[in-house]
This record gives sequence, C-alpha cells and structure tokens, in this order.
Amino acid sequence: MAKRSGPYAEKVIDHFRNPHNYGKMEDADGVGKVGNVACGDVMWLYIKVKREKDGVERITDASFETYGCVAAIASSSEITDMAKGKTLDEALKIEKGEIVDSLGGLPPMKIHCSVLASDALAEAIYDHMKRGGREIPENLLRRHERIEEGRKKMEEMYGEWIEMEERMHNEK
Amino acid sequence: MRKVYMDYAATTPVDPRVMEAMQPFFTEEFGNTMALYALGQESKLAVEESRETMAKALNGDVEDIVFTGSATESNNLAIKGVAFANRKRGKHIIISAIEHPCVKESSRWLEKVGFETTTLPVNDYGLVDPADVEKSIRDDTILCSVMHGNNEIGTIEPIKEIGDICAERDVYFHTDAVQTFGRMDLDAKKVNFDLLTASSHKMYGPKGAALLYVREGTRIDPILHGGGHEFGLRSSTVNVPAIVGFARSVEICIGEMKDEWERLIGLRDRLIEGLLRLEGSTLNGHPSKRLANNVNISFSLVEGESIVMLLDTYGVSASTGSACSSAKLEPSHVLRAIGLNPRLAHGSLRLSLGRWIQNQDIDYVLLVLLEIMGKLGEISPFKGV
Repeated sequence: MAKRSGPYAEKVIDHFRNPHNYGKMEDADGVGKVGNVACGDVMWLYIKVKREKDGVERITDASFETYGCVAAIASSSEITDMAKGKTLDEALKIEKGEIVDSLGGLPPMKIHCSVLASDALAEAIYDHMKRGGREIPENLLRRHERIEEGRKKMEEMYGEWIEMEERMHNEK
Repeated sequence: MRKVYMDYAATTPVDPRVMEAMQPFFTEEFGNTMALYALGQESKLAVEESRETMAKALNGDVEDIVFTGSATESNNLAIKGVAFANRKRGKHIIISAIEHPCVKESSRWLEKVGFETTTLPVNDYGLVDPADVEKSIRDDTILCSVMHGNNEIGTIEPIKEIGDICAERDVYFHTDAVQTFGRMDLDAKKVNFDLLTASSHKMYGPKGAALLYVREGTRIDPILHGGGHEFGLRSSTVNVPAIVGFARSVEICIGEMKDEWERLIGLRDRLIEGLLRLEGSTLNGHPSKRLANNVNISFSLVEGESIVMLLDTYGVSASTGSACSSAKLEPSHVLRAIGLNPRLAHGSLRLSLGRWIQNQDIDYVLLVLLEIMGKLGEISPFKGV
C-alpha cells in the first residue's frame, strides 16, 4: 500500500501541497468546466493544442483552476500533467482509474473527483473541436451530453449559485 | 514545527492534574464497586464522591447524577429512555435542527417504532425561538431536547426560557450541555432542565466518562439492562478511574471558570477579528451569544477540507463542516439549518480554543491562514467578493 497521510496517499498530498499547472490560461484553445460549488467541487480546465504536420492534434499545454477538496485539487494537477504531450485521441482515453492509480489511490468517497477531472479534460477537448468546426466523435458527443444533463439537473436545484459562480469566475 | 491544537470542541487533552487523580484507580484501587470487601468499597466511595462533585456543580442532588460512558450514550438514554417510559402518556418529541447527530438519530430511530418528532428551526444565528417551542407542544408531547451551546457554530440557546415553557406545559426538557458544563453556570434550581448531558473528554478529563443529570421524579427507562448499576439506569461495571478523572476535571474547570471564560473570549474575538479581514470571510453563529472558545468562519473562495489539510501541514489542527470531509458528502446539518449557501457551507472552518491556547497561537494561526488563503486562492477559479 502506498504511504498515506490521513485519508490520502502521499502523492495526493504532494500534488495538493504543490499543484502543477494551476492558473487561468488566457489564450486557451479549449476550456472545460465541470462540477459546481453547490456540490463542493468546481473545475475549469484549459488546453493549448497544436496541429502537427500529419494533421494530428496534440495537447502542448494544460492548466486548471479548481475550487474543491484535496482530492479535487490533486486530480486536477495530475490530469493536466497526464494530458500534456498527448494527442486528443490519447487524452480522451484517460480514464478515472488511471488518474486514481497514478495518484497512488483515492478514498472511495473521493473517486468522483477523478471522474470530474477526466470529464473536465473531455469537455475542454469537446470545446476545442467545436470551436474549430470539427466533426465530433460519437462517444465524445455522448459524454458531453451526459455531462450537460448533469449540469442541467444541478442548475434546476442551484441555479442562483451557479450564476454567481460564473460571475465570480469572469471577474478573476 | 510549531503545533497548535485548535479543535478543543472535538476533544481535549487530559489535564496532568486529572491524570494524577486517576492514577491509583488503575493499579491499586481497581476494585469493582459492587464488591463487598474494602477494595470494592473504596472504589464505590470514590465514585460517590465524584457524584457529589457533579451534583454540587449542577446544584442538584446526588441521586440525580447517572454516570455513563459517553455523551452519545447519555443523549440516547435521555431521548429513548424518556420516550419509552412515557409512551402511554404520549408519542411526540421536539428537538432542534442543530442537535448533535446522537440526538437526531435517536429521535429518528424512535420514529421507526411509532413516535413522532417535530424539528424546531433556527434563525440565521442558529438560535431557537422559545415561541416555536411553545407552538410545537401538543397534548401528547412528552419531551423537548435543545442543546445548550452548539458544538459547531457556538451559539448559546435560551434554555432558561425553553425550560420554563416546558415546565409549564408538563413536558420533560433535556439539554445537551457538552460544550458548556463546567464552563458556564448551570443551576438546576434556576433552570428547568429535567435532563442534562455532560462529557468528560471535552473538559480535560479522560474519554469514556459522561453523565446524565436526571431530575428527581423524571420517568425514564434504562437502555442498558443488567446488574442495576447507577440507580438501575445504566448497568455496566463502573469505570472508576474515568469517573474520578471526570470529577477532578469538573473541579478544576469550575475553579477557573470565570477567569478562563474571560480569557478565551479575548482570544476568540481577536481571532475572529483577524479572520474577518481575510478575503471572502463571514462569521457563522451568533456574535455574542456564543461559546467563549468557538470560532466558525466561512470562506467563499476556498473549500474547507483543503484549508484543514493545509493547516495540518503547518501543525494546526482544526475542523470543517464541508461536505468533502464528511462520510455522507453533505455539508453539516447545522450550517444548512442556519441557511448558509452551499459555497459558504463548503468553505467553513471551525477553530475551537482551550486551556493551552495563548496569544501567540492566535498570531501564528492568523499568519498561516493568510498564507493558505493566498495559496488556495491562486488555484481557485474565483476571486474575492
């Protein structure tokens, strides 16, 4: 078993204390926002994408802004590390299990934080493809719809807070 | 690294004077209080002296003090014990929305076996309105339970007024005084509580000892049946060292009560003042009707678990009502009851002070929190409101 500090593996705490790739990216090619403050975690994920000679698109940079618990911050830090240098196809294949493994494990209650992180990356890629008018792969489209559906449900419950959250983010 | 323990509302270290008082009862005077020989009778005497200390502290009678193993047990005994003993008289129980889970869950369990519960709302400060108690009492109401000082937000409830209403309407009144016994004046001749819960480990005594004050004439059934210890209300071999320690801790607390309360209020208010200067912070609970050692602040920009975990790396122990730190992934029921918006509920931080907190600890924690807010603020998508 990995070394632990309280409920968290040591690597989770390392990422949490010294997160990688945090901060808003002004010239991002794609932005994904998932979660909301009502639930306790909200994440903005930014990617910079470069088209290579053979037409393959590769993520050259990634960053995040996260409001949330230790696991949410660590997952954001880890996934932005993982995404860098990957092609869009490869990045979309990053699963929550990989994030969790790479962090040395997360408490069961916190697995959803890693789901949030991989959703944020998928949303950023979706946003990038949509901006470029590209054809969006079927499974990404389905994933986006699922995330949107969740978002709508939360908006019905907590609309007022989500509005405030958007306003506060725009001000930063 | 400097260590600052600021979670006294969760538990406290045992005072060395208490340790000293307990010591002989582990090794030399280990006798069972039910035994007839001298060794047993000495243990019994020590427990009875402890009972006298408690009775004196509450200005009640020695027969009113029932020793238990924990505040959770005392609260379970009060709620379930009174409910069962009075079930022919009525099936209705009143509790407040900010009771400790052991009161809430006890009454919820009673609902499963046919009792009904009314949960009293609280205002934004966490105060119960005595008028709501009055309105909630029905012909079949048997018990009302409202805590004295709230463990999370520190609000002190008007138990005198609530007790008077209950006495007039012939309803038993129970108060969970875990955060106030030995630190505030609690007089059974002045306040109409029929039952009162207090706990040792919140006041520099050992874990494993608590009490339930039961006013004479209160109809109550035991929940632990057996050898008939504690006036038949709590069968179990008596935990003599813990009870002796509990009594010693009460003596010390009461001896230092007035000075310590004043000292803590000074530290508390300085801490609150400093915290309110940080970005996006608001105070939870009542500004003045408040436990002398309780600080509860919400931050709108950063999440509570993150704050607590970072504080830990600086040697500071604190707690949060954030969902992320709970087993249910829901923010604290107390913070929800005072109508806190989700962001502020997730961003809550409780710092509770105690006997070994000094001025320089307050300075240190304020400095550390400033740094932490800066750090988490950089990661946060939000900027100050």
